[in-house]
Amino acid sequence: MTGRIENAVTVHNVSKSYGDVEALRDLSLDFPRGQLTSLLGPSGCGKTTLLKIIAGLLPASSGEVFINGTPVTGPGADRAFVFQDFALMPWATVLRNVAFGLELRGVSRSEREAIAEKYIIEVGLKGFEHSFPHELSGGMRQRVGLARALSVDADVLLMDEPFSAVDEQTRRKFQEDLLGLVQNENKTFLFVTHSIEEAVYVSDQIAILLPRPSRVMEVIRPSGFRDRDVNSIRRDPEYLDIVDRIWASLKSYVE
Amino acid sequence: MSSLILWGLLWEFVGQIELTFFLPPLSAIFSTLMEIGGTKPFIKALQETAHAFSIGTLSAILIGVPTGILMGKSRLIDELLLPWVNLFLSAPLTALVPVLMVLFGFGLKAIIITTTLFAIWIIVLNSRAGVMQINQSLVEMSRSFGASPLAAFTKIYFWAALPEILGGVRIGFIRAVKGVIIGQLLISIVGFGSLFELYASNFLMSHFWAVLIVLFALSFVIAEFLAYLERRVEYYAARR
Repeated sequence: MTGRIENAVTVHNVSKSYGDVEALRDLSLDFPRGQLTSLLGPSGCGKTTLLKIIAGLLPASSGEVFINGTPVTGPGADRAFVFQDFALMPWATVLRNVAFGLELRGVSRSEREAIAEKYIIEVGLKGFEHSFPHELSGGMRQRVGLARALSVDADVLLMDEPFSAVDEQTRRKFQEDLLGLVQNENKTFLFVTHSIEEAVYVSDQIAILLPRPSRVMEVIRPSGFRDRDVNSIRRDPEYLDIVDRIWASLKSYVE
Repeated sequence: MSSLILWGLLWEFVGQIELTFFLPPLSAIFSTLMEIGGTKPFIKALQETAHAFSIGTLSAILIGVPTGILMGKSRLIDELLLPWVNLFLSAPLTALVPVLMVLFGFGLKAIIITTTLFAIWIIVLNSRAGVMQINQSLVEMSRSFGASPLAAFTKIYFWAALPEILGGVRIGFIRAVKGVIIGQLLISIVGFGSLFELYASNFLMSHFWAVLIVLFALSFVIAEFLAYLERRVEYYAARR
């Protein structure tokens, strides 16, 4: 069974239109289990739309999405979403925010808080359990959003430009931590970004999306530097080559 | 506070020189208040008014807040109800009171309904506004983690709209004070309404003022308490 379905997520001929505007046309893409796949492209290429269709938050106009072989009909416990603007409840503490996914699933208070506590420590927010989101920095808020997504223990993590609202240094730290997560958590990561460097740095597979009409132009699988030390990736010749190559092909789509 | 004392002193002065029978000295009003404050008719009036007021405002909140939230959430419900809410919000409701008397009789029921009618519309509108400005990704977040419609309603929509809801409730309470007094004056002469009627028709001006001051003070305290609650939740209203 597990041998047969080696892709955790399969997108099959998905189209999406809003009235006359075509956001996605006949898009097909596979997301290998246990790996991180980036959706990279200029703004307006429909990458967030695709992610929300996979999340079950938006219905596709046609086509199908499969999670572990099961078609998506709506949001499900097999997926967890990390939001660009964090989407934390400002009236709730860090602990309640992290435990919220479990709270909605009816997990008892003591149990869900124990789980939340574990992930709060894992993302490095120990001591902030009873702080409110407005007392945290942007980077810390996204750690809360990440801990919330991790604590429901979903197979697939959907991340919508998760680091775009945090500062550059925090972002680099996040990217390194993300590599650790992909290694240690046995999960499949879908990662939307508009940063070429970020995509190449964190991804096992990069899907380059082009706008008008939206389609997958190319899928790139960096092979050489993934197992190296995180600190040397940015100096790796293959890393630099891929960054250059992607920029060369995206350049003409940037206004 | 100091301006209040200044105006009080001016009142006392005007009262002492006996410019008009209509305005007795403030000190006389307070001593009348002490006198009638503990008497049976006064306590009874206070109870009757408080009874009608609390049931009226409570039903305005219990009906108004969920209605407003539903209107903010659903386009269909909104389009069905919004014209009526706006109509009643601006309508001179006092003119409706005779109709209420015909429909619900001359008793407590009609007074309570009048109170509710005065309070409910602004509560509906504010709850609706609170829900409409909700951060859309909070809604998506609750959906993506599998929230049922009821859970989204009680765990997200209500709390996200709470600052606006409380603002609406505060204004609703102020309007409800009008409603309950108008009800007690027009529908059946009970509660504070009966005291007003009694004192005014007998030209007992210090009695009249004493009751009025109690009423003003009560509604002021309630409004201030709600404003305090509003400030308590403002910290997150500004940071949504």
